[in-house]
Amino acid sequence: MLSFLGHRILIAVPTIFLISIFVFAMQKLLPGDPVLALAGESRSPELLEFLREKYRLNDPLYVQYFTWIGNALRGDLGVSLRTQQPVTELIAQKLPVTLQLAVMALIIAVVIGIPAGIISAYRKGTWIDWLANIVALSGLSVPNFWLGIMLIMLVSVKLGWLPASGYQPLSEDPLQSIRTMLMPAFVLGTGLAASLMRHTRSAMLSVLESDYVRTARAKGLNERTVVLKHALRNALVPIVTVTTLLFGELLAGAVLTEQIFTIPGFGKLVVDAVFNRDYAVVQGVVLCTAIAFIAMNILADAMYRVLNPKMRDQ
Amino acid sequence: MTALAQTPSDTLPPRAPNRAWARMRRNPVALFGALLVGFFVCIALLAPLLPIPGPAATDWGAIRKAPSMQHWLGTDELGRDVLSRMIWGAQASLLAGVVSVGIALGIGIPLGVLSGYVRGWTDAAISRVTEALLAAPFLILAIALAAFLGPSLRNAMIAIGLSAVPIFIRLARGQTMQVMTEDYMESARAIGLGHGAIIWRYILPNIFPPLLVQATLTIATAIIAEASLSFLGLGQQAPAPSWGSMLNTAKGFMEQAPWLALWPGIAIFLVVLGFNLLGDGLRDALDPKGR
Repeated sequence: MLSFLGHRILIAVPTIFLISIFVFAMQKLLPGDPVLALAGESRSPELLEFLREKYRLNDPLYVQYFTWIGNALRGDLGVSLRTQQPVTELIAQKLPVTLQLAVMALIIAVVIGIPAGIISAYRKGTWIDWLANIVALSGLSVPNFWLGIMLIMLVSVKLGWLPASGYQPLSEDPLQSIRTMLMPAFVLGTGLAASLMRHTRSAMLSVLESDYVRTARAKGLNERTVVLKHALRNALVPIVTVTTLLFGELLAGAVLTEQIFTIPGFGKLVVDAVFNRDYAVVQGVVLCTAIAFIAMNILADAMYRVLNPKMRDQ
Repeated sequence: MTALAQTPSDTLPPRAPNRAWARMRRNPVALFGALLVGFFVCIALLAPLLPIPGPAATDWGAIRKAPSMQHWLGTDELGRDVLSRMIWGAQASLLAGVVSVGIALGIGIPLGVLSGYVRGWTDAAISRVTEALLAAPFLILAIALAAFLGPSLRNAMIAIGLSAVPIFIRLARGQTMQVMTEDYMESARAIGLGHGAIIWRYILPNIFPPLLVQATLTIATAIIAEASLSFLGLGQQAPAPSWGSMLNTAKGFMEQAPWLALWPGIAIFLVVLGFNLLGDGLRDALDPKGR
């Protein structure tokens, strides 16, 4: 397993290197001069020149890139042009917020998606299967930012059950934190639940038709044991892999959800940075998200090997 | 000798569009999807001919009016008819879906086929870049690109299209590599066909079905992405209508005029559902084994 992980990480290095070039180049091409945004009202040529020198914006692009990537490897992603905070510090502040949102969304998705997929596969061809499929496709088709607006109107404005926006750190008031995050997590988890339902259904269908399930039934085991113990355990291999991969997508999906519910997380950080032409923050956030994505891919591969005994010897 | 006398078309698998079409017609869910898509396409195309006020025409005496006989879907914060803006907004959404997928196909297919056909260093280089692009989340990539290009519908379409390119490179590459192992490719090479002819006559037609399915499903994703970018202010700009920007405006009037947020969302949902159902139906029809 260690050599497998080492091999996968080694393969990921050139990919991360390419991403870093891409992210750096893209942000350098953003319209507008970041120094103008930084200088604010006072735009004397001396000040602008001083700021360009300070942030090494006068250096050739390749020098700027190697300086940036060299610092990044030491954990220094630069300083936000807007807030003057180190980007690493900003990310460390915002990441736990988005992680909490993503984990809650994942729990909601698993609780809805996997049982729905099992029932749908078991009742294949019945109205339950049909209904579950329609609901899943609807979940994939509904724009989550619209779902967020609708839920705010219904649950917060009309019924007053949950707060419409804001964030309470989990460490300060766990109950209020969960209450605040419940609606955004549901919005973010809907699409994932739909995806999970479809993958679970597909995995369960192929397992339910296999010989060992037929043998288990022939032995006289009750259906509950056959489905939950024999079938689900084997179907879980692709489901866990897919869930791990989809968790990476949650981080990206959080962009709009955080915008709707005014949650000060990773997604809101990147949108605000894009609008403020805060190069360093955008570079840092996109790079970290991409690395997290690759890490989730490696984790998914590793889990697939752990869960699937046939793969372990390869 | 007999083998040489055979043309590659003799060894080709039987063409199956008719069987696929027959399977498609027997799938009511896919037909419902096609109906939904057809409905929105008709509305978008017929927008200039319909007896509705202009999408930017304001009526200061009818600001934020609830749905009525005069304004079936109500009016917005500037007294503009919501139905008219919805209909004209359909043009922006569908155009964004089709054009961005067109861009993704236009770049992704040649690169994917080249990668799968030539292999070697070309393949390695294209594959590494594709992997790097796939690692950057689709929406974050589209937001960053749209910001770089500047906020407009055209730039949003380019940003979404470029973000979707790696999906099609990977699919076209994989399919090309699969087609390359078929017997008829051996025959095509044996009779001395050039690379261009092999790609045009044998590879492209055979990789078309999965690409069509993926394109249909990606149109759905692209429509949501365009709405998301417009919602963030990076897509269609005022006063031109777009479902995403209508939702962005509606967010500020949730208590006073809830209908402003209702209709654009329902429209996005229905058209995306239509493309998803159609894509699923096409997959079932073109690849019955994959069901």
